[in-house]
Amino acid sequence: MDKTPFFHALTIDQETCIGCSHCMKACPTEALRVRNGKAILQPDRCIDCGNCFKVCPTKSIYIKQDDFDDIFNYACRVALVPSVFMGQFPNDITVSRIYQILKEIGFTYIIETEATVPIYTEAKNRYAAEHPDIRPLISTYCPAIVRLIQVKFPGLTDNLIPIKAPIDLTAMYIRRKLEKEDWNPEDIGIFYITPCAAKIAAVKTPVGEDKSLVDGVINMDSLYNRVFKRIKEQGHGFKEQKLPVSQLSADGVLTALTNGERRLSNAKHSYSIDEIHNVIEFLEKVENDEVENVDFLELRACDQSCPGGILTCDNRFMMCERIFARARKIAERERNGEQTKDHEIEAERNFLARNVKVGEIKPRSMLVLDEDITQALAKMQRINQLRAKLPQRDCGVCGAPTCDALARDIVMGEAELSDCIFLKNKD
Amino acid sequence: MHLEYQVFEADFVNAGAASSSIKKTLKQLNVNPQIVKRVVVALYEAEVNAIAHAYGGMIYADIEADKIIVKVVDKGPGIPDIEWAMQEGNSTASPEVRNMGFGAGMGLPNIRKNVDRLDVQSTVGVGTTVEMEVHF
Repeated sequence: MDKTPFFHALTIDQETCIGCSHCMKACPTEALRVRNGKAILQPDRCIDCGNCFKVCPTKSIYIKQDDFDDIFNYACRVALVPSVFMGQFPNDITVSRIYQILKEIGFTYIIETEATVPIYTEAKNRYAAEHPDIRPLISTYCPAIVRLIQVKFPGLTDNLIPIKAPIDLTAMYIRRKLEKEDWNPEDIGIFYITPCAAKIAAVKTPVGEDKSLVDGVINMDSLYNRVFKRIKEQGHGFKEQKLPVSQLSADGVLTALTNGERRLSNAKHSYSIDEIHNVIEFLEKVENDEVENVDFLELRACDQSCPGGILTCDNRFMMCERIFARARKIAERERNGEQTKDHEIEAERNFLARNVKVGEIKPRSMLVLDEDITQALAKMQRINQLRAKLPQRDCGVCGAPTCDALARDIVMGEAELSDCIFLKNKD
Repeated sequence: MHLEYQVFEADFVNAGAASSSIKKTLKQLNVNPQIVKRVVVALYEAEVNAIAHAYGGMIYADIEADKIIVKVVDKGPGIPDIEWAMQEGNSTASPEVRNMGFGAGMGLPNIRKNVDRLDVQSTVGVGTTVEMEVHF
């Protein structure tokens, strides 16, 4: 089992937290407890999905990010921007204008994360063809899903496709390109603009990799503010000078949306499922072998996939529609022959294909009571005895999300039976 | 540790409830995920058998440090020819049951594939007891 500690981007401000337990109830992996009136995070259970962040009434859960000014530590400052970022802005703000503003505020090079999607898709389809014995194959595109499977469905870790996600592939590509242009490797800083906490965690402690290919992470909401401020300053009559934007394909633009991968998969039978509870419900079935003849699963932790990320700045459905509209325009250009494949990336296809794999993704089950089965059995007996005593109302006053979780916490030495308000009142 | 579950005839809605519960237990006991999978697949088949082909019954599971023994005791009608039923593709399922995706004659053979010991006892008119054992 993998024992390296998880980095978590989600942090709870112990000063402002009022211990209301909203977050604890919202957590799909029961990673939160309220102790001494404050919420605390159990790092081994948290998958950085961000559900707690969404429900916190006092905004005490925040997402650590790198200081924006860190970009100026590098001479060559790359913004690695997911296409979702563009989907936040009204239709009259063109992609080229956003590129231009990103340059004005300090970046020297802009590339969209999905630029390497054609190579990513091919690698996944090739992996599927080479491993006909592993079914269903599960996409590793969403890092919260990878962690969910590691902690809650350890038996399915072998089903994860060990292929770098577009963020890493594109970071690898851009670094190589810039080094070929004679940039000193130390002068290149690649900054990912993240729509969610899970991607930050994945960058800081990548699963199946020794070192991240990205040098820093900037939260999408903070960059959105910077860009929007600039748009306001420029005012209505602003005349933009058209900048050449990347040759992002229609397929690439759509990848971040639900069904974005499934539509490009060669799999005969596949599902695309978004929102973490939906995913958990489905994976329970997959784990039981109750879902037959499935070849591929595209699973995303957020509703509507990346537009539903906790750091995006507009309504997720409106963002989806804008992203669709952009993809439709590109698709038309592709059909008319006005836009072709990105030749520079195609030239690196072999290099990227050689380096597309990640190392083994190991289980890190949060469920195990004890490594030793005799001890684990004894603990479980004790949990069952306690469970019979507890009121089963799951009120959460004790600081655990359910009575079962309290029983477990007691046996694991993290809580006491007197924490239960019902039992306390009985005495 | 001893666990018990009741299953009801034609209660397809709850098919898999016992196997899911046992799965949850085994995962907490740090049993190898591949072994958990075998137990769950075998038990799910047996559970569906009791629901689809029999008049319901009971599931008894005993978990020890090195193995799990599961006994599925149904209330009939019983299997006239166990050897025949153990062969892939042989089934007495009604067309209705087959329409629901069950009754392909893969149940008992699939159980046998996934367990370390399988013992099927049946008396026509009384019921069938499927006992299986998986080593950790």
